Amino acid sequence: MGQNMNDIKRRIKSVTSTKQITKAMELVATAKLKRARKKLEQSKPYYNKIYESIREIVANSKGIKHEFIEKREIKNSLYIVLTGDRGLAGGYNSNVCKLAENTIQDKSKAKLITIGSKGRAYFAKRGFNIAYEMTGVSETPELVNAQVVGEKAVEMYKAGEIDEVKLVFTEFISTINYKPMVLDLLPLALDDEEEDKKAEDVIIFRYEPSPESVLNYLIPKYIASVIYGATIEASASEQGSRRVAMENATDNAEDMIDELDLMYNRARQASITQEITEIVSGADALE
Amino acid sequence: MNKVKLQILTPEKNFFEGEVQLVVVKGVEGSMGIMYDHEPFVTPLGIGPIKILQDNRIKHAAISQGYVEVMEEKIVILADTAEWPEDIDISRAEEAKKRAEKRLSKKENHIELLKAEIALKKAINRINVAKMPANHK
Repeated sequence: MGQNMNDIKRRIKSVTSTKQITKAMELVATAKLKRARKKLEQSKPYYNKIYESIREIVANSKGIKHEFIEKREIKNSLYIVLTGDRGLAGGYNSNVCKLAENTIQDKSKAKLITIGSKGRAYFAKRGFNIAYEMTGVSETPELVNAQVVGEKAVEMYKAGEIDEVKLVFTEFISTINYKPMVLDLLPLALDDEEEDKKAEDVIIFRYEPSPESVLNYLIPKYIASVIYGATIEASASEQGSRRVAMENATDNAEDMIDELDLMYNRARQASITQEITEIVSGADALE
Repeated sequence: MNKVKLQILTPEKNFFEGEVQLVVVKGVEGSMGIMYDHEPFVTPLGIGPIKILQDNRIKHAAISQGYVEVMEEKIVILADTAEWPEDIDISRAEEAKKRAEKRLSKKENHIELLKAEIALKKAINRINVAKMPANHK
């Protein structure tokens, strides 16, 4: 019995120290989430506006031929996948990787740009063609990094290496709700519904100096901004899911400790009872 | 004088929002003033100062790389960065200017030169705007 009691005691100790770690990670993630959310709130108006106005401009520029707008036959695709650099964030990394993998129809025709080491590891292991990778930036999104990735994508698109660009990232809906999603970046085609709606209230825009040069300037800018916005969403989602995962881990550890405490007390009681029985029966034998 | 809504957005923040009488921006083809009831148009912006006339007072700011979209009754400027004169760190801008000049004199490849040129323009723009009268916020 004494052996058993020691075992339980040791387990309680080990679970307690695990709990301390998960609790600390939860607190860190909470602080980081707060910062990420603030950043998200500040950048949201810019991001929404550029998205909206590019769509508006494209909808109003029927008849303008431009390589970024026109659909071409899709042979090769580029997927930009945003993941975290670190694990222990619940299903965050695997969810977004799985979505990307399911979206990719033909592995041999897909190229990838991964941001975050988890995504790189996932796709490298499965033999995907990774054209460009960036790590160590998932927690601190910066416009410069998004611009670099955007430039790469635009370059490849212009060179004809790829015929479409999709962005796979995790959308931050609320502190406990995140949704991995796929966004089409290039070509910039509107869906029919949007086109119908826009057709009714067409504003004729004048482009200075020319429609081509404006779109040449705006579209790469739009792409960099959308990627930037997505990295911010992704980093908030990452911290959020880590916080939830660590909160659950802490709760589980507490439950486990409770259970082990109970077991320990039972074992202790049993051993005391046994000792008393032994003493009493020993005394009985002497009489 | 009729007023027009102006909004200036950057990835970091909503920089300015309000009704203005006139806004002067530096487009790629030169400076232009935009007032109420302007024809809708879109143009990229260079690195340069912008002037806002609001309630008969002129406000200055430095912006870099963006575009302006003029819609009916609303003007939206989206820029990579935007700063009021009082928010500019002059010594930092001076340093950036020196760095860029040094890089320009090195005669590197085309892209490097272009980057240095943009950095230099940004630094000069900041220095110029920082010397303008400060705006109350």
